[in-house]
Amino acid sequence: MSVDLGRILQRAQDLSCGEDAVRDKVVARIYQEAESLASEVVMAEKPARDWDTLIDDVLTSKRFGYPSMLALLAFVLWLTISGANLPSQLLARLLFAGEEGLSRLFLSFGAPDWLHGLLVLGVYRCLAWVVSVMLPPMAIFFPLFTLLEDLGYLPRVAFNLDGFFQKAGAHGKQALTMSMGFGCNAAGVIACRIIESPRERLIAILTNNFVPCNGRFPTLIAMSNIFLGAMALNGSSFLAVLLVAGLVVGGIAITLVVSRLLSATLLKGIPSHFALELPPYRPPQVLQVILRSVFDRTLFVLWRAVKVAAPAGAVAWGLANIHVDGLSLLGHTAQVLEPLGAAMGLDGVILLAFILGLPANEIVIPIILMGYLSAGAMLELEGLPALRELLLANGWTWVTALNMMLFSLLHFPCGTTLLTIRKETQSWKWTLLAALIPTLIGTAVCILVAQGARLVGLA
Amino acid sequence: MKGQPVQPLLRFGIEKADSPVVALAGNPNTGKTTIFNALTGLNQHTGNWPGKTVVQARGKYCYGGQEVVLVDLPGTYSLLANSVEEQIARDFIYFGRPAATIVVADATCLERNLNLLLQVVEITPFVILCINLIDEARRKLIKIDFARLQERLGIPVVPVSGRTGEGLELLKKTVLEMVTGQLRPSPKQIIYDGEVEGALHQILPEIKGIVGDDATSRWLALRLLEGDETVVQGIQHYLTTDPPPRLEEVLA
Amino acid sequence: MLLSQLPVGKTGEVVAITCSGLMRRRLLDLGLVPGTKIQTLRQSPGGDPLAFNIRGAVIALRLDTASQVKIRLVK
Ligand SMILES: Nc1nc2c(ncn2[C@@H]2O[C@H](COP(=O)(O)OP(=O)(O)OP(=O)(O)O)[C@@H](O)[C@H]2O)c(=O)[nH]1
Ligand SMILES: [Mg+2]
Repeated sequence: MSVDLGRILQRAQDLSCGEDAVRDKVVARIYQEAESLASEVVMAEKPARDWDTLIDDVLTSKRFGYPSMLALLAFVLWLTISGANLPSQLLARLLFAGEEGLSRLFLSFGAPDWLHGLLVLGVYRCLAWVVSVMLPPMAIFFPLFTLLEDLGYLPRVAFNLDGFFQKAGAHGKQALTMSMGFGCNAAGVIACRIIESPRERLIAILTNNFVPCNGRFPTLIAMSNIFLGAMALNGSSFLAVLLVAGLVVGGIAITLVVSRLLSATLLKGIPSHFALELPPYRPPQVLQVILRSVFDRTLFVLWRAVKVAAPAGAVAWGLANIHVDGLSLLGHTAQVLEPLGAAMGLDGVILLAFILGLPANEIVIPIILMGYLSAGAMLELEGLPALRELLLANGWTWVTALNMMLFSLLHFPCGTTLLTIRKETQSWKWTLLAALIPTLIGTAVCILVAQGARLVGLA
Repeated sequence: MKGQPVQPLLRFGIEKADSPVVALAGNPNTGKTTIFNALTGLNQHTGNWPGKTVVQARGKYCYGGQEVVLVDLPGTYSLLANSVEEQIARDFIYFGRPAATIVVADATCLERNLNLLLQVVEITPFVILCINLIDEARRKLIKIDFARLQERLGIPVVPVSGRTGEGLELLKKTVLEMVTGQLRPSPKQIIYDGEVEGALHQILPEIKGIVGDDATSRWLALRLLEGDETVVQGIQHYLTTDPPPRLEEVLA
Repeated sequence: MLLSQLPVGKTGEVVAITCSGLMRRRLLDLGLVPGTKIQTLRQSPGGDPLAFNIRGAVIALRLDTASQVKIRLVK
């Protein structure tokens, strides 16, 4: 059969004169038909006021285009950070009251110490941290983001930023895939399918991790508070917003630089054709968006984190409490990592936490805490203020907090994202590169900041 | 024709042949997923930007005692297989032979949406034109003569608003009538210019000799005249008796 | 005149598409067949891309893509 088809194809080629001639005629004819049909059945009056044009005149203008994007980013972050503060603390208080209750329960049953440690201090505490730190910012950020998405704002972002992506040799729709990355990098990587050219799609996949996903936002927010605390600038959510927004913009800048480098080296080529439709703005269905994004997305992502956090809590507690030669396993490993950690302005425990946090970024902070807690006295961990004290007691300075934020932004993608990259690229080579590029950049940036601060004598 | 499997949809990972399969096609951002969710009660993500759906979704709904399997295809401007999405959508409609294809069009931008519709109608006569976003069109003072359009196209035209649910009942009823064979659409074919029609005339008999004399041989002949090799690959891939590819392969 | 040179607010009519291959087919699919009216709506704050009204939809094209379309200015 294929032989026959091949022959007919050959004959068809001979019949059609020239490469594009038939296609041109076919498309033109179909559009002509569409035109005449539409003109026959559609009656449109000119609307009194064209809102779309008015809005776009501001949001994509030379003067207000970029400032409005930054302002919107800051506004969303501000709502998230200041809105999440109180519920986070309430949740923490509630959940840690639960821990006390659980401890008493275990005591009354005469449960052995290790069982109480493993289940309550390990599993429960890790879960409590993940839920209280993650849930409130996510429950605010997801709906806000979805509202913007439903409104039709994302294509405008792509329109505004395309010039930069073009100079970086990348595709303008990369801005859309990055927007998806804010929710979840794995989703961002899948969204890269909208980029047709394989070269530009790979660039978008490899750099998606430079936008902080929902699993890392809470870490950034918590760390920005610690940082400001260490600088004696407590309680200013305005500065926290600036800091986190700065990191996001930094991540975008690094995306562009890495994209440029990739398209000059490994992924050489010319920018492909680019066409992006800017749909009309549509008023979102606010209530439905909120319900859906809380129930489908927030709880979905939280559940995924919880599934990782529970066993991770048990493992971390085990590592922190099984002692060999007078030092816990966690301590031993941290000691191995200590020199690199110290050079990066972090420490061994933090680096270990990042490595153990491979399955999900959400569990990095709980593991750090467990590492510190196992070494020192027990602390009541009710929310961020207590966290700050614990960290400062473990030698944290503003450099540690800043580098923690930087490394959180710039390190290997989580396990789910890596597997997604593997699936989308069908190659372990690119998957490995997707992990190596951000990790190397993150390590270098942290070392620069730490040594720089030391040189100038700031820390 | 020889080598054609009994259930073409098997090749798209749809094993269950007892329920008819209905595809949702259309330009990007016309509300396919919104309608898919409204019909199936599922919760696929929607968003106001073209390209939101990149992973094909499948769901079921029951109407008038008939179960229907609904497939949400990625949005495309055309079906001429210039991109992977277009090839997926085209292959599904041509090789998958769904019992009906719903083309979702944006009421506020009908002309450019009709382009895709006219292409689908060349592939299969079992097409329903679903004109979505009629609430938006009303707001923008756009009036459409649906009856006239239906008459001109020769296929059912159903105005809906996926968001408010308006018109979905009629859509389900129309789908039911089409998959049960009560409704036999007879779409008007587009006639091309003399040169193209002449060439078509010359190769059509040979094509009919291979794929049989069905309504779609004209479409196939046109693609061959355009030199579209993906369609030849598709025929080798879907219509021969090799083991069917896994769904992930088709969608990858 | 090329589509990339059409000033914001002005309308043109497609005369021909000068590129071939994939880009040509893509432009055709967007509805840019000879005779089609097209209006430049706005410019990205960075200068590139431009947004056009093509058959009722707003579509952004980069300058190098738009320069593949020959147009005639319409009064
Ligand atoms: N006002 C109004 N908005 C609608 C209607 N149907 C869909 N929308 C909105 O239109 C946007 C696009 O809807 P989707 O269902 O995601 O469109 P799609 O065709 O699946 O898009 P792609 O997957 O990108 O091809 C969303 O913001 C919807 O909320 C409708 O009937 N009325
Ligand atoms: Mg969709």
